[in-house]
Amino acid sequence: MKKFKMPDTLSQEINNFELLNSFIIKRDIFDKNLIILIDQSNIINVLKILKDEEVFAFTQLTDLCGVDLPHEEIRFQVVYNLLSMNNNSRITVKAFTDNSNSVPSIKKIYPAADWYEREAFDLYGINFSGHDDLRRLLTDYGFEGHPLRKDFPLTGNVEVRYDPDQERVIYEKVDLKQEYRDFDFESSWKGFRYPENQNDREENTDD
Amino acid sequence: MTEKGNEKFRINFGPQHPAAHGVLRLILDLDGEVVERVEPHIGLLHRGTEKLIESKTYLQALPYFDRLDYVAPMNQEHAFALATEQLLNISVPIRAQHIRVLFSEIGRILNHMINVPAQAMDVGALTPTLWGWEEREKLMTFYERACGSRLHAAYFRTGGVHQDIDESLINDIYEFCDPFLKVVDDLESLLTENRIFKQRNVDIGIVTKKDVLDWGLTGVMARGSGYNWDLRKTQPYESYAEYNFKIPVGKNGDNYDRYLIRVEECRQSVLIMKQAIKKLKPGPIVTEDRKVAPPKRAEMKVSMEALIHHFKLYTEGYDVGPGEVYASIEAPKGEFGVYLIADGTNKPYRCKIRAPGFAHLQALDYLTRGHLLPDLSAVLGSLDLVFGEVDR
Repeated sequence: MKKFKMPDTLSQEINNFELLNSFIIKRDIFDKNLIILIDQSNIINVLKILKDEEVFAFTQLTDLCGVDLPHEEIRFQVVYNLLSMNNNSRITVKAFTDNSNSVPSIKKIYPAADWYEREAFDLYGINFSGHDDLRRLLTDYGFEGHPLRKDFPLTGNVEVRYDPDQERVIYEKVDLKQEYRDFDFESSWKGFRYPENQNDREENTDD
Repeated sequence: MTEKGNEKFRINFGPQHPAAHGVLRLILDLDGEVVERVEPHIGLLHRGTEKLIESKTYLQALPYFDRLDYVAPMNQEHAFALATEQLLNISVPIRAQHIRVLFSEIGRILNHMINVPAQAMDVGALTPTLWGWEEREKLMTFYERACGSRLHAAYFRTGGVHQDIDESLINDIYEFCDPFLKVVDDLESLLTENRIFKQRNVDIGIVTKKDVLDWGLTGVMARGSGYNWDLRKTQPYESYAEYNFKIPVGKNGDNYDRYLIRVEECRQSVLIMKQAIKKLKPGPIVTEDRKVAPPKRAEMKVSMEALIHHFKLYTEGYDVGPGEVYASIEAPKGEFGVYLIADGTNKPYRCKIRAPGFAHLQALDYLTRGHLLPDLSAVLGSLDLVFGEVDR
């Protein structure tokens, strides 16, 4: 069994691969994760390279999700998490998109993307061009809005109850008996950053 | 529609159906008894976990993970704890690591003790369910003794575990191990060579190696088809690298192989549990970093700083710093991952939960085309679904 390929090694391999390297706008390494940012028009190209080239062989789509960044110029991100069982490595690919632009669907490359793309469409309203069955997946039949957008209220807009007069379940506007309490305890004071190694202090407190 | 050779019709299966393993609605296109197309409608248990997590601090977000796959709650927490620990770049004390391994394996048995009998029940056997639930009951008592709760544990916290386990509990867990192996043998004597069970499961729902890659199948679904892939071995997290255990791998990728793997995994889990108990040495069970883990209550009575830390932790919470990670564990059902984006505040900016069942259920349509209707419920049983995690 191969050892887990660390992101530095993988990053180096990408450097050696001229074509792929040219697509990458930005790359970050957090712990065991290599995250590359690409333009959404290159998604198909990049994922094809990552899947088909033997050095990468990212043959499995682990996850696909949307991210909402309302304060950015381009509002949404689509994140692809890929896994290579052959090389024992992982990579995260990110692309930006907004309401007017659609992201090319990767269903043809990874059939598993089908539901993940439907989910991202449902929760964020991200459009995937070339997806033949882009319907809501997780929310209720006839649901309006995209619940994971940051401007969607946590309590939702409608609630359901059984109406004895009409003898059926009806939808009503949410009526909170008590206003939603969102306590923000975050303090701007982050504490003093000690210049030396923090561990020295902890050892002292032990005894 | 009843003419010979043209018996196509569409039926609705669920959302309340004993073989649906929860709230699953399927729209089935049938030709006689042959399934032509399956369209799962999910989301009936969608609670917006990801949205709720975005509005909670990291500590408050953790218990939501118990409510995903409620059959093996601690395994889910584990993924979230690992993700936050990666962002914070802190290490977990060795005793806490072994406790986590111990309870992860208990979780695995909890899961398999419900899935194996449920798969059997889907093809008509009732007794295994009673036996499996009896063992689960014992294990849930261990959960309760460790953290005070049978299901919603909230036990694996960032930096360690919530509270220490005492000697008597460790002894009782050890004493559970060997008799449990006997129960697994008994369970096998009912099913493994059972004619009906084999007729219903052998060569049903075959998953090829290519399907595993295409549909993102993980865990037992991947191992059943011959992939020697288990995150505990291939990308060891916690202290799994120190443990000695085997990964059962199937050959045919059918329901029956997946059943055999789950049974064998129970035995391997017992092996790991025994090793974990031997490795448990007294020591701290949570990180000493007081910005992440609360101080002891006794300490709070005498130390002003401890009191402040406690107060700040339970109001403001902690900040894991800006960054994004994907942390995954080998949950009993497959790869359970948490993709966490932190923006440097006390709340997660985005927390995507990668549930194995979601990918497995998606493949149902592909796997059951051309099968008979009764096989559908057998395949559904072997996919190992819990709707808490599929719908999130």
